[in-house]
Amino acid sequence: MSEPTKGRTRDEMAARAARELRDGYYVNLGIGIPTLVANHIPDTLHVTLQSENGMLGMGPFPYEGEADPDLINAGKQTITELPTSSFFNSAESFAMIRGGHIDLTILGAMEVSVGGDIANWTIPGKMLKGMGGAMDLVAGVKRVVAVMEHANKQGQSKILNRCSLPLTGAAVVDLIITDLCVFACDKKGGTGLTLLELTPGVTLDEVRSKTEAAFDPGHCA
Amino acid sequence: MQSKIFPSPSAALAGLLFDGMTIMSGGFGLSGNPENLIVALKEAGVRGLTVISNNCGADGFGLWMLLNNGQIRKMISSYVGENKLFEQLYQSGELELELNPQGTLAERIRAGGAGIPAFYTKTGVGTVVAEGKPVESFDGELYVRERWLQSDLSIVKAWKADPEGNLVFRKTARNFNPVMATAGKVTVAEAEIVVAAGELDPDAIHTPGIYVDRVIQGSGYEKRIERLTTRPRPTSLGAAL
Repeated sequence: MSEPTKGRTRDEMAARAARELRDGYYVNLGIGIPTLVANHIPDTLHVTLQSENGMLGMGPFPYEGEADPDLINAGKQTITELPTSSFFNSAESFAMIRGGHIDLTILGAMEVSVGGDIANWTIPGKMLKGMGGAMDLVAGVKRVVAVMEHANKQGQSKILNRCSLPLTGAAVVDLIITDLCVFACDKKGGTGLTLLELTPGVTLDEVRSKTEAAFDPGHCA
Repeated sequence: MQSKIFPSPSAALAGLLFDGMTIMSGGFGLSGNPENLIVALKEAGVRGLTVISNNCGADGFGLWMLLNNGQIRKMISSYVGENKLFEQLYQSGELELELNPQGTLAERIRAGGAGIPAFYTKTGVGTVVAEGKPVESFDGELYVRERWLQSDLSIVKAWKADPEGNLVFRKTARNFNPVMATAGKVTVAEAEIVVAAGELDPDAIHTPGIYVDRVIQGSGYEKRIERLTTRPRPTSLGAAL
């Protein structure tokens, strides 16, 4: 908050994350910046949004006066249905997720490690909430994208050699999108992070100075 | 056979309650909560409960009322945020909490109802969730063993019910209700509308009556909205553009 950032805004990060969508994808969006991705789905793509409380084909927020308490998303916001929506119970919903039927999930994160570990559900002693569906999503969805600020409020790197917080999943993240850059993460091969893109106006040196984890600068070198 | 339809929430719970029992309660957030039966549990005053529910109500609503009344000893949930009382009771050691990943929670309940004592899942491998549990490799991937969950009593909320106990749910108010109905030694359902036999389409029933022991007609549904989120109506000018 102290110094003005020249990186992507939250909405710009969501727009960048939307570029990971492909025609025909079934997608689960997490809470926070990922929710904004829904505003950036190109009209040319048919993308179906899953809500883990039991819905496929999430529509936009309702018009004022038309909210239905029986129709909410996983963030407990009121939503609407589409002509092709379906509803199902929680066990069925997570069978979809765990069974590898969801193509992509975009989630917020507090920390991501060089090996693709992600921590986004608790800060011991500070935050008592629970993991909700996050552990199932990172374990079961085909492709996992983490979207987050590059540094925390204290200015410390959130991309680490090892996560310090309790993990949501180990070796699960495929792509990291931050305000400063985009990293590919080789979660299974063990070759670590590769820098794919720098946000316009951001230099490689700046990313190096703000990233604890080592990374391959790739074609950005 | 005795009718499954009971005249009131307290009549439907009569003879089923005892201190220290385990209760499953349907709902996700404040959607699809058995509002009438939760109030009847509060009035009955049964204590030392282990409650299995995705959340624990919200300030002043749902299971929060049992928490506030000192009736819950332990919660098994996936998410307990936005609940100040919960945090206070947990931090003072008055309340025990077992957090489960939401999908693991749902599958443990499904397994409990389907007679499957344990199963393996990738969810939670390499995290605190897998600590102390057997981890095994299948086809080169690691999976953690999770056990079934069953309850002494499951309370669920349906949209429609018939005298056979067949249930139909509405939109995302379905959530955990159908699986919890299968995993209770006794399952009591409350419905917004109790219809006569023959009025539900057999092809459209979500929970077959075999899982449901008692049914009540609910009343006074508050159906509180936790996060009212709307968008502005397009103006005629906007529509013209």
